Amino acid sequence: MSVRKWLVRPELGVVAAVVAAWLFFAVTAGDSGFLTLSGTASYLAIAAELGILAAPVALLMIAGEFDLSIGSTMAASGMTVALCTTELGWPLWAGIAAAAALAACVGLVNGLIVTRTRLPSFIVTLGTLFILAGGTIGTTRLITGRTQVGGLEDAGGFGTAQKLFAGQIGPFSITLLWWVGLTALATWVLVRTRPGNWIFAVGGAPDAARRLGIPVDRVKILLFMTTALAACLVATFQTVQFRGTDVLRGTGKELEAILAAVLGGTLLTGGRGSVIGAACGALLFGMVQQGIVFSGVDSDWYKVFLGAVLILAVLLNSSVQTRAAEARR
Amino acid sequence: MNQETNGKAPILEADHVTKRFGRITALEDVSMRVHASEILCVLGDNGAGKSTLIKTLSGVHPPDEGRLLVDGEPVRFSSPRDALARGIATVYQDLAMVPMLSVVRNFFLGAEPTRGVGPLRRLDLREAEEVVRVELGRMGVELRDMSVPVSALSGGQRQALAIARAIHFGARVLVLDEPTSALGVKQAGIVLRYVMEARARGCGVILITHNPHHAHMVGDRFTILSRGRCEGTFTKAEITRDELVRRMAGGEELEQLQHELRAS
Repeated sequence: MSVRKWLVRPELGVVAAVVAAWLFFAVTAGDSGFLTLSGTASYLAIAAELGILAAPVALLMIAGEFDLSIGSTMAASGMTVALCTTELGWPLWAGIAAAAALAACVGLVNGLIVTRTRLPSFIVTLGTLFILAGGTIGTTRLITGRTQVGGLEDAGGFGTAQKLFAGQIGPFSITLLWWVGLTALATWVLVRTRPGNWIFAVGGAPDAARRLGIPVDRVKILLFMTTALAACLVATFQTVQFRGTDVLRGTGKELEAILAAVLGGTLLTGGRGSVIGAACGALLFGMVQQGIVFSGVDSDWYKVFLGAVLILAVLLNSSVQTRAAEARR
Repeated sequence: MNQETNGKAPILEADHVTKRFGRITALEDVSMRVHASEILCVLGDNGAGKSTLIKTLSGVHPPDEGRLLVDGEPVRFSSPRDALARGIATVYQDLAMVPMLSVVRNFFLGAEPTRGVGPLRRLDLREAEEVVRVELGRMGVELRDMSVPVSALSGGQRQALAIARAIHFGARVLVLDEPTSALGVKQAGIVLRYVMEARARGCGVILITHNPHHAHMVGDRFTILSRGRCEGTFTKAEITRDELVRRMAGGEELEQLQHELRAS
């Protein structure tokens, strides 16, 4: 690939930002543990969970839609796992299956409403975000009288689930493997399969896509289901890891996932983006969040830094791409 | 090449077609036909009924009266895909392209070649690139890099890509919607060459345009559409360019306007 081709890659800005952030924290926090294996593992664990959300969110955004409901979907899925096992006495796997079914339904409903009514997905999923958040709190309090549920370790099959969803490989969390695997899968689907080609077309030129016989609505509905299932998977990680869950688990994750995707070069307007970029965005997020802690600054400040990096990275992306596109003519 | 019948039935014929929307009659008693290796230009000003005609020919709207015939057989298109299956391909002004997607991916959009089976089914990009290279080459377009986004192509190249795609997927009749309207003089000339190339390869072409200069350069026959009606069909031998321009502009009206402008 020529230099110019690299310059127009959507991931360029975020890769530069990841390198810059790593160097910055290596200098300012290198002696307080940022460079150690466990320091690295700590930001990779954050990146992994966010990255698993960001990959399908990037696909959905390339197809021109948003999903703001994944934060609440996480809360609802985690609580479904917890309530099914502790209140109904189901084995853990049955609880996880119930949560996955619920998440798939949430995605299906989001997708159906968006494609049938043509309402902006921003509005529709903002609605489902609130509905699910309220529904989770209401249901949980109705059943248990509390907003936290614990005691999952007594459920059948917990040991296996713990190895699979909350295990460790050396200092690293097993979620890292899930992240790498799912990112590779999503990238392959996006750039090497027919549905991947359709995702770009659905977001880039929906009328043209429809005229060429691409099942635009089906593509979108399946992507909404994918984001919801990813939310369920991450909720399962956390619920198993903490042996219980809280009705507020997942709050704000929808915006963090969008942030990671946009950092990674995904366009808000659809038609362009990359899963690898979204993964780098998640990595940057984790690195900054932990790096701030290691550098001794109060961790309350990490969001200020992230917001600034977001604006800078997007600015860099768009200016380089404009220049490269002009040079190409 | 431009004989009325060629001894063969026209590939596509509109026979006394009328199309109404509520109380508005968009097309009234319109008849036209196109043979293989022939360019029929349909000329009309804004509001003449050109876009309704395109949508009727391409299967979007069924005609209210009259009929469409393909190879002399009456047909009723149920959808644009149905029309396409019979070889009637319409290239709209937006060309049905995704600007940020590569040339190869646009060419095969919705009909991507794949290899492998089941969950391992994947795009066959190498095969696809080869096909695009050959098809574009036959139109006289050489692209070094098939992975550039369509937005990096010139207007003429995009039009060529759309035409090559239609032909590759079996078009026998190309309905071209104002292919030169958004282009500069040079690019428009290039596009007209592609239109002639399509004719040379045996396609019937219905070129819809409001530009009599472009039409007269490439057309074999000309149908003038005005307020939804056919105002006559002429072979190239029957009409000069100036006459075409005059009829298009509504002749007397233009002279009247010229007179008024001079007076004021």
